[in-house]
Amino acid sequence: MLIQYIIRRFFSAIPVLFGILLVTFTLARVIPGDPCRAILGEKATQEVCDRFIREKGLDKPIPVQFWVYLNEIARGDFGQSFRYGMPVTRLLIERLPTTVELSFAALFISMLVGIPLGIISAVKHNSWIDVFTMIWANIGVSMPVFWLGLMLMYVFSLTLKDTPFWLPPSGRLSAGMSADPFYVVWGWSLPETGLRIAIAQFISRLNILNALLTANWALLKDAITHLILPSVALGTIPMALIARITRSSMLEVLGQDYVRTARAKGLPYLKIILKHAFRNSLLPLVTVIGLSLGSLLGGAVLTETIFGLSGVGRTLYDAITARDYGIVQAFTVVIAIFFVILNLIVDISYAYLDPRIRLD
Amino acid sequence: MSDQDASPRQVTSLDAEGLSLKSVSLWQITWRRFFRRKSALVGLAILAVLVFIALTAQWIAPYDPYKPLIGIEKVQRREKPCIHLLGCPKDKPQHIMGIDGNVRDQFSRLLFGARLSLIIGISTVSFAIIIGTILGAVGGYFGGWIDNLIMRVMDVLLAFPSLLLAITIVTVLGPGLINALIAISIVSIPAYARVVRASVLSVREMDYVAASRALGGSDSHIIFKRILPNALTPLIVQGTLGIATAILEAAALSFLGLGAQPPTPEWGSMLGAERNQVFTAPHLVFYPGFAIMLTVLSFNLIGDGLRDALDPRLAHVSG
Repeated sequence: MLIQYIIRRFFSAIPVLFGILLVTFTLARVIPGDPCRAILGEKATQEVCDRFIREKGLDKPIPVQFWVYLNEIARGDFGQSFRYGMPVTRLLIERLPTTVELSFAALFISMLVGIPLGIISAVKHNSWIDVFTMIWANIGVSMPVFWLGLMLMYVFSLTLKDTPFWLPPSGRLSAGMSADPFYVVWGWSLPETGLRIAIAQFISRLNILNALLTANWALLKDAITHLILPSVALGTIPMALIARITRSSMLEVLGQDYVRTARAKGLPYLKIILKHAFRNSLLPLVTVIGLSLGSLLGGAVLTETIFGLSGVGRTLYDAITARDYGIVQAFTVVIAIFFVILNLIVDISYAYLDPRIRLD
Repeated sequence: MSDQDASPRQVTSLDAEGLSLKSVSLWQITWRRFFRRKSALVGLAILAVLVFIALTAQWIAPYDPYKPLIGIEKVQRREKPCIHLLGCPKDKPQHIMGIDGNVRDQFSRLLFGARLSLIIGISTVSFAIIIGTILGAVGGYFGGWIDNLIMRVMDVLLAFPSLLLAITIVTVLGPGLINALIAISIVSIPAYARVVRASVLSVREMDYVAASRALGGSDSHIIFKRILPNALTPLIVQGTLGIATAILEAAALSFLGLGAQPPTPEWGSMLGAERNQVFTAPHLVFYPGFAIMLTVLSFNLIGDGLRDALDPRLAHVSG
């Protein structure tokens, strides 16, 4: 039954994926301005530009370009970036880990703080801790990410300078801190190109994971201190949402008869809260976490801009302003596909958590 | 059944106790519930102040929001706030939020920004509600391929993180406040389309709709007079919360330089222009962001209050 649901849900995602490809392709074509002069500079002559457009296939009819594009994507080839002069896929492997690390750290912090706060607020309904949490949750969802980031930067990088609480304002690692990829440290010999080296490079650029794999504790500490401010800034909105939704769904469940029965049976209160109540309030929580991922990816553009991180969001923004078709298409497609897959996982975990949904 | 049995007796007993039965409309109940919530009242109070500021900005602002004070007053670029009550020397001109990078009074610019933010929030959401309602109503009412087509397009729009999609649309249209508003509207259409479609689907097969059709009501009459009023409640809630999101997103676009352009006193672009000065002139970053937060907070609080007031099922959950 669950398998059937997964398969059905998977097929329903295909038209959406096709739509995404069509939209990104169209958007990249209608971005105003001449791609040739944006790449080669304003002084490029007509001859140079004509050759450039012929080489890149930009003179062919739009439907032909779209067909070529679909074929390339099916082969995992996102073409060349005009501006960086390298395959987009390579750029993606270089930049995506920053964003992945940032989003996961933000989500981790928001769950780590939001879920316990929500549970405590529900259990201690109307206590000062509940009131305090709800006030903060309301303020938290209303803060602009970029403002919070700048304020955190001001407090932790300037005001708390020369104290143990100082945190670096930008970048992923301190200057002079080198990160040896784990596959080099482990003495693996990998081919120059291909899928294996791509995956290894991707993993090695997740600084925290790489530091753990190579047991480089100085690097680990450095990477974590650099990650705290951006991920707190990015994680605050989801944190507030998670705290609110955990609280309200816990309140609903705690009022149920079976919880009263469990208490009457004399079960330990903590066990009732965690096993009887919390598990049943997971469904709305999963929804909010799924929805938050979208705002995390969008917020990553702002967070990366403020904290000087060259991740996917920042690169995409730069590419849009420079009209780098290849990057705009590839990055938007990858982000959207990533997002569709996440929503798929959320839906499937619904079906897992609540069997009634599978019958829908 | 039990209701029918009980009602006559109940009325008499109530009469006997001297209680009068007055009819109370849904809206009266809603307002009563709404006003019972402290947080909603706080939201309403903040909004009232903002509306007041927006309407009277040109009279209450001490300085011109556009004109640099060079040659008018002896002030430095990005000077710190000077408040006479807090011990700033009386011979210096008072600038309670300091001077910005172009030697303008930041407080005056902030006051004018309230006007822009409210207009941004309300206009984008109104536009999105109109388009979303039409799409949702048409899809839900007629069903079939047209519904399928509309909802698949909405799915594709929802498949992009909203801010990223807005950034891409603005890039296509070109930077500027109006284009940013269009982008934010487009991005928020699917939410309204879904809300309307869901309520259309829930009442489409009801007897009173069939009755209206039997009486010869046209499709548009049935949609607008019989079906859409049911979607009003969720739309009001979604719309109020949507204003909060729209203001945040517009501020983000302006911050990135894609929305309002200088010298427009828009909070996001004011913040974006001075963001590299956060260490040297923090007041120029703090106040615009704080203003955005207060505005968004007020709409969030009102939206939450309305939702709880309009949906009695949530009454026991609300704090």
